[in-house]
Amino acid sequence: MLSPKGWGILGADGGAMSDSHKALIDHDDNFTRSAGKQLAVYAVYAVLILAAVVYLLSLAAGHTGNNGNDMAVDIENNAITIALREEPPQLDPGRSTDASSGVVLAHVFEGLINYDEEAQLTPGVAERWEIREDGATFWLRDNARWSDGKVVTAQDFVFAWRRVVDPATAAEYAFFLYPIKNGEEINRGELPKEMLGVRAVNDRQLEVEFSRPTPYFDKLVAWYTYLPVREDFYNSRNGRFGADADELLYNGPYMITEWVHSSSMLWKKNPYYWSDARGFVDEIRTAYITNDDNAKLNLFKDSKIVETHLSSPMLPDAMAEKWQIDRAMDGTVFFFEFNHRPGRITSNLNFRKALLFAQESSELVYKALKEASYLPAVSLFPVWIEGVNGKFREEYPPPNHHMDLEKARHYLALAKEELGLDEFPPIVMLSGDQPASMVSATYYQELFRDRLGLEIRIDTQIFKQRLQKMTAGDFDIVLAGWGPDYDDALTYGDLFASWNLQNRGRYKSDEMDALIKKAQTTLDKVDRVATFGKIQQLVYDDAVILPMYERGWTYVVNPQVKGIRRRVVGPEVDYNFARIDVSSD
Amino acid sequence: MWWFIGKRLIQGLITVWFIATATFFAMHNVPGDPLLNDRATTPIIRANLEAKYGLDKPLLTQYFIYLNNIAHGDFGISFAQENREVNDIIREHFPVSAILGVLAVLIAAVGGILWGSLTALYRNRMPDYIIMFLVILGISVPSFVIAALSQLGIVTINQLLGINFLPVAGWGTIYHMLVPALVLGLSTMAYLTRLMRSSMLEIVYSDFVRTAKSKGVPPARIFARHQLRNAVLPVITVLGPSIAAITTGGFVVEIVFAIPGLGRFFVEAVQQLDYTVIMGTTVFYGAFLVFMVILVDVIYGFIDPRVRLS
Repeated sequence: MLSPKGWGILGADGGAMSDSHKALIDHDDNFTRSAGKQLAVYAVYAVLILAAVVYLLSLAAGHTGNNGNDMAVDIENNAITIALREEPPQLDPGRSTDASSGVVLAHVFEGLINYDEEAQLTPGVAERWEIREDGATFWLRDNARWSDGKVVTAQDFVFAWRRVVDPATAAEYAFFLYPIKNGEEINRGELPKEMLGVRAVNDRQLEVEFSRPTPYFDKLVAWYTYLPVREDFYNSRNGRFGADADELLYNGPYMITEWVHSSSMLWKKNPYYWSDARGFVDEIRTAYITNDDNAKLNLFKDSKIVETHLSSPMLPDAMAEKWQIDRAMDGTVFFFEFNHRPGRITSNLNFRKALLFAQESSELVYKALKEASYLPAVSLFPVWIEGVNGKFREEYPPPNHHMDLEKARHYLALAKEELGLDEFPPIVMLSGDQPASMVSATYYQELFRDRLGLEIRIDTQIFKQRLQKMTAGDFDIVLAGWGPDYDDALTYGDLFASWNLQNRGRYKSDEMDALIKKAQTTLDKVDRVATFGKIQQLVYDDAVILPMYERGWTYVVNPQVKGIRRRVVGPEVDYNFARIDVSSD
Repeated sequence: MWWFIGKRLIQGLITVWFIATATFFAMHNVPGDPLLNDRATTPIIRANLEAKYGLDKPLLTQYFIYLNNIAHGDFGISFAQENREVNDIIREHFPVSAILGVLAVLIAAVGGILWGSLTALYRNRMPDYIIMFLVILGISVPSFVIAALSQLGIVTINQLLGINFLPVAGWGTIYHMLVPALVLGLSTMAYLTRLMRSSMLEIVYSDFVRTAKSKGVPPARIFARHQLRNAVLPVITVLGPSIAAITTGGFVVEIVFAIPGLGRFFVEAVQQLDYTVIMGTTVFYGAFLVFMVILVDVIYGFIDPRVRLS
């Protein structure tokens, strides 16, 4: 065999080229030399042609992105450069539903009420407001302007809110406006959208009627679904509102002046913005859009972006660099959601209690997850929720839970008896494909096997498939999480109402429903917070969930930039108060 | 010739229709749908959304509406990026992938042919061993490792030199393309090197080369005219599918280097079950692949005198 057949099976040809032809090759050095020279000539041609092609291609690509030379901090132009996790999918505020768009919207829009640097409610477009049992009144300032210079009026809110509940808009977050009178009926298509309980008394005064008492309405209007949209501008866009930088009209501290999809954005200061308490840097350059944490860390190291998120494997590296590492809670609580549907093993209280007492969330967080910014979850209500005067957690401490294997085994035996089982079948644990979920799932699988002799079958699914199974009730336990919509205990408190669609385990108890109804409508603050205390206790006593962890961020910020905020409600990262400060260097 | 091209185009069209149909029904059979979200939607809101996207109609009706739409070149609106038409997404992001892909394929082809010839020429000697070792590395190390390592390399070089030698990520200038294209083309280059090497070795011992040698044809001429030209044919054959594979397979490189290419959409759409984008990118890439294969067949006719297209 002289010639190798087949496409490049390594070694096969090498073997075929054995001794018998060695002589021939050695005698042919002359040929090799000449051919080698010819090859070198071709190589030079090839490199030249490649260089020419690269040059031509760069001309073709010249206008599709940033020039890549911006540094993280540009003192001369008072600008900073950042990276976004993903292309904001929806910048039409009425239809937006995701965190990435939320970050952008928080910089380029402003609602009636806004959040200040310390995450407290502060006047936005509204100068002052009043919330009553049956409705609310907002008095708008006269110097809040759109980016074309026109004043933001009460009509802009009326138009925006009617649009959200209009069935034709098909806004996913329309339910945020259900507390407004007729909101739900309009969304169902039973009433015309003009019947919505909101009215512009004049340009400066907005009158809202409630469908039920909504004491937390001030916190609701700070949410982006309530942002204003101006009718004439919206209508002039032919359905492309929000699709590009010039298809939006802004009223926030910044406006988007350039937007190359999936590549870069440029936010410039809105010259018409009324307040000088935010928007300190003149330009925010979103030069990179990627969700690769390693790539962002490399960009940070190269001084190309001002801050980045650190995952636990990056921490040693970050410490070695002597960076100042910050932490913040992201507001989300993760827990086992049990399937309470009849017929499921997890619908048995004693079974759930057995699982609850076999573990302690601090072990999960400190031994398995090892994320510095995560906290062990001990309640449905996370650590940052406000109570009457201070933190809810101080006023109503969560039930004192400790692992107790004896109790756990006792409950398990009871469950076995009640269910009439000889052996427990495998328990299906539905999990997402995020690292933290998968680590938790395997951790609990081992734990319950060792401590209770239970077999857990982990069902890992990607995003939509997991949701499908959650909605269909195709699980015993699902690793679920809940992030806050507004800064009020109710955003967690009503999760296990029998009518809440988010209650995917279909937990149903009259006591819980009664407590939630009370929490929703009680105006008295003390009484209301006490109700949340009772809900917290009931969640524990009934083992509705098994709390796992509260998620946090570990991140580094360029020392020349101050005032970047990460917080639990509102945008996950806020550059509105960022300023360049070189004095500390 | 024209008859051949026409026939192939019709076959291609049927292939694309088949791809579209298979994808459509496979996609609708995957559990879940694009309207599911972390936050449960009320029946009202869901009904409104279904009506908006036409998902409330029977599947077969949806299929015919869809076929009609793509026949008119309309791929619909993305579910994930709700304000963008799939046509716009392809129009804006495919050129980026294509530029990166063309560059990667060029680097891969030129490199593969040169290294392959070199190893064949110096077979069983040091250059051969070194290059073939690198080839094994290039084929077996996954691209996300190479991408991450090369990015770290850029950062380190920038820090050592104290200047912006090369950008770490992003898109827009010639400098942004070099490293990503190299990383993207690397495994193809390794594959082509191997292919070129074995193809060359086959020809080195063929009768016509021996005849040429004994006639006294100058070695450089034998190498260029007889060996290289013949050995390069299999490389050209796989080049067409390689272009398509590289242009669609840029997902990892696009994420790591923050490049706004279509490969990201192609992969993320499946995760998001973004029906319209899945269909749009699949049909588009399917058509692209079919076209590339036809193109290679035609080119083949020019290079190899034994192949006659008629």
